[in-house]
Amino acid sequence: MPDSSATAIAGEAHGEHNPALLHHFATEEQQRDSSNLGMWIFLATEVMFFGGLFCAYLIYRGWYFGDFAAASTSIDAALGGANTAVLICSSLTVVLAIWAAQTSQRGLLLVMLALTMLFGCTFLGIKGLEYKDKFEEHHVPGASFSFDRVQIPGHPDQYANPQHAQIFFALYFIMTGLHALHMIIGLGLFAWLFWMAWKGRFTPEYHTPLEIGGLYWHFVDIVWIYLFPLLYLIDRHR
Amino acid sequence: MATATPQPAAQPGVQAIERENYLNKHYGVPSWLFTTDHKRIALLYLMSITFFFFIGGFFALLIRLELLTPAGDLVQADTYNKLFTQHGQVMVFFFLIPSIPAVLGNFLVPMMIGAKDLAFPRINLLSWYLYIIGGIMMLHCMLTGGVDTGWTFYVPFSTAFSNTKVIEAGLAIFVAGFSSILTGLNFIVTIHRMRAPGMTWSRLPLFIWAHYATSIIQILGTPVIAITLVLVVAERALHLGIFDPKLGGDPLLFQHLFWFYSHPAVYIMILPSMGIMSEIIACFSRKRIFGYTFVALSSISIAVFGFVVWAHHMFVAGISVYAALVFSILSYAVAVPSAVKVFNWTATLYKGSIRYDAPMLYAFGFLGLFTIGGLTGLFLAALGIDMHVHDTYFVIAHFHYIMVGGALMGYLGGMHFWWPKISGKLYPEGWARLAALIVFIGFNLTFFPQFILGYVGMPRRYYQYPQEFQVLNVLSTAGATVLGIGYLLPMIYFLWSMRYGKPAPDNPWNAAGLEWKTQSPPTTYNFEEEPVVTWEAYNYEELDAPQKQEVPVAR
Repeated sequence: MPDSSATAIAGEAHGEHNPALLHHFATEEQQRDSSNLGMWIFLATEVMFFGGLFCAYLIYRGWYFGDFAAASTSIDAALGGANTAVLICSSLTVVLAIWAAQTSQRGLLLVMLALTMLFGCTFLGIKGLEYKDKFEEHHVPGASFSFDRVQIPGHPDQYANPQHAQIFFALYFIMTGLHALHMIIGLGLFAWLFWMAWKGRFTPEYHTPLEIGGLYWHFVDIVWIYLFPLLYLIDRHR
Repeated sequence: MATATPQPAAQPGVQAIERENYLNKHYGVPSWLFTTDHKRIALLYLMSITFFFFIGGFFALLIRLELLTPAGDLVQADTYNKLFTQHGQVMVFFFLIPSIPAVLGNFLVPMMIGAKDLAFPRINLLSWYLYIIGGIMMLHCMLTGGVDTGWTFYVPFSTAFSNTKVIEAGLAIFVAGFSSILTGLNFIVTIHRMRAPGMTWSRLPLFIWAHYATSIIQILGTPVIAITLVLVVAERALHLGIFDPKLGGDPLLFQHLFWFYSHPAVYIMILPSMGIMSEIIACFSRKRIFGYTFVALSSISIAVFGFVVWAHHMFVAGISVYAALVFSILSYAVAVPSAVKVFNWTATLYKGSIRYDAPMLYAFGFLGLFTIGGLTGLFLAALGIDMHVHDTYFVIAHFHYIMVGGALMGYLGGMHFWWPKISGKLYPEGWARLAALIVFIGFNLTFFPQFILGYVGMPRRYYQYPQEFQVLNVLSTAGATVLGIGYLLPMIYFLWSMRYGKPAPDNPWNAAGLEWKTQSPPTTYNFEEEPVVTWEAYNYEELDAPQKQEVPVAR
């Protein structure tokens, strides 16, 4: 089996080195740089992945601004704001977790990773609550969608076009759904990091998985930082 | 999986002295399916894309047979729609996109920069599995009804009207797209972080520069088509209205998003091929490539410009005339770095000691065919002419000159050039030259008549046509037959050579480049010890310089 043979060869060549150093890297530094660069490039891919959606959203928002603003008032900005706060806190705990690993505080590291996951679950819970509201209000696009006689903010005499509002909700669900999917993947990633930390794998010299896991988590947070004002805060000031 | 077969010592004297290498280190199917060796993964890709190439080729054959006569007599109109759709989807997403990067790139990128493997070997294997999952979904889609939207999935036909398996085809391409992204990601990190000591950016082979540029497109373009396909699938399944004009959606938005990837995708196909050209032309004219820096940077600028020309596919779709003007000018701009390459290759040939081995024949084929394809691309970038020839066989001929005449010729040239390194065996040179000739003749016979057909008005995607187009269509079909033979031949003699070919020396072409400084086939970790590079790329003058000390001088 190639995997076992690879380990065997790595063992021969770098017997006394960190077992996490893979055979095809010359130094731990090279391996860390490669992993970090790989994650940054993956995030560039993710930016383009969400970018297509943002592009579609911005075009329709420009075209159907009034309808989008009307649809936007029907989603709960307080819950969205709470979720924003939760995610910002989780980003802080991620940074503290990495700091804990760098200063070999295993206990703090475990607490911070657990808190991050807790914040992540809280976010998903609140998101689920919002989805439930939308479902009950028949704002989920499809056969039972209804958005009749909703006024356009600032134009009391005009009602929003339900079809255009449906486009808003379609994009709302796809964008936040895709974001939530990324959160779920992030939770899986952090569960694995927690397990690794539990087994004491991370040292001040070697904590690359924490760093790249953290990069991913921050990225998912940043996507939300853009989603929140774009989806929730259209024309709220009136 | 012929390469995995243990070779008994049937030919004493040849097999007995076979050194340990990546092919004979481990045997058995699991040693291939769980390998993380970039060279074995390259061969897994080689087998898979060859399989899909022949499926796509089979569809092409049926298309050409149907077009042999003006009447629609071989297949029904609906079947014909499925044939050209699946020919396009299989060839683009399951053959051309992965062809050179995933096979030759996978094999050669680490070797050319003096690394033991790609930066992320397990992600490399994952990318192959994603490709296979996508491929199986595509096969299942084809076997259970197929899809008839054209490879472009244009909405609202694909989302509201087509009665075929659009969702499944979309998801298959979505999955395969991630395999492409992971390959690109791996290459970028490898080229940045895994170069051997002394392998500076200005000493990199141009093959590496080309793959670097390709990888940029793969990681930045592919996610856009992924999300576009998600929207198409969602729109078709749930009728959201995003792309449906009846519900306030905009079909043009789909075209913008689709071509934002699918135009640069053409450069995913052609850039690696250009990288191969630089290697072959330098080696077989025994000269350093002319204007190394310009050729290297033209790859990057093609990748960058390639992202801002997409709307030239939409000149008749109803975009504003000013947008069309800008995209037309930008499309002309892409011709500049492409021409830089062609002129530099030509200048490399000038006063070179040219050898006409099979890889070089493919390279010559590439030079001519790519130039024709590129120049007709300029016709299409011109707004006026595009109105006339849009959606005609002129377009078909143009992009086949690029994708088949360019990308595929480069791929075949590269396969011949590096086959001794990959398999450790020499292919039969005479047969290979014959095959190169057959491919060249067959290709031109197939596609040149299509320029004329398109110009005189035969639209694409029709299964019957007026009587007066028949002669040119018969020529084209005849050419396709010749071309088919030209593609079968290399497959036969490559397979033959794996068993009966002469063992290849480490450097049969006396070529520059680190991949030739290790044994053929290489060991699992490529090099006995980490190479240190102290020379420029393509130092053929040094390689061929007479060894003065060795000549005794009588006094």
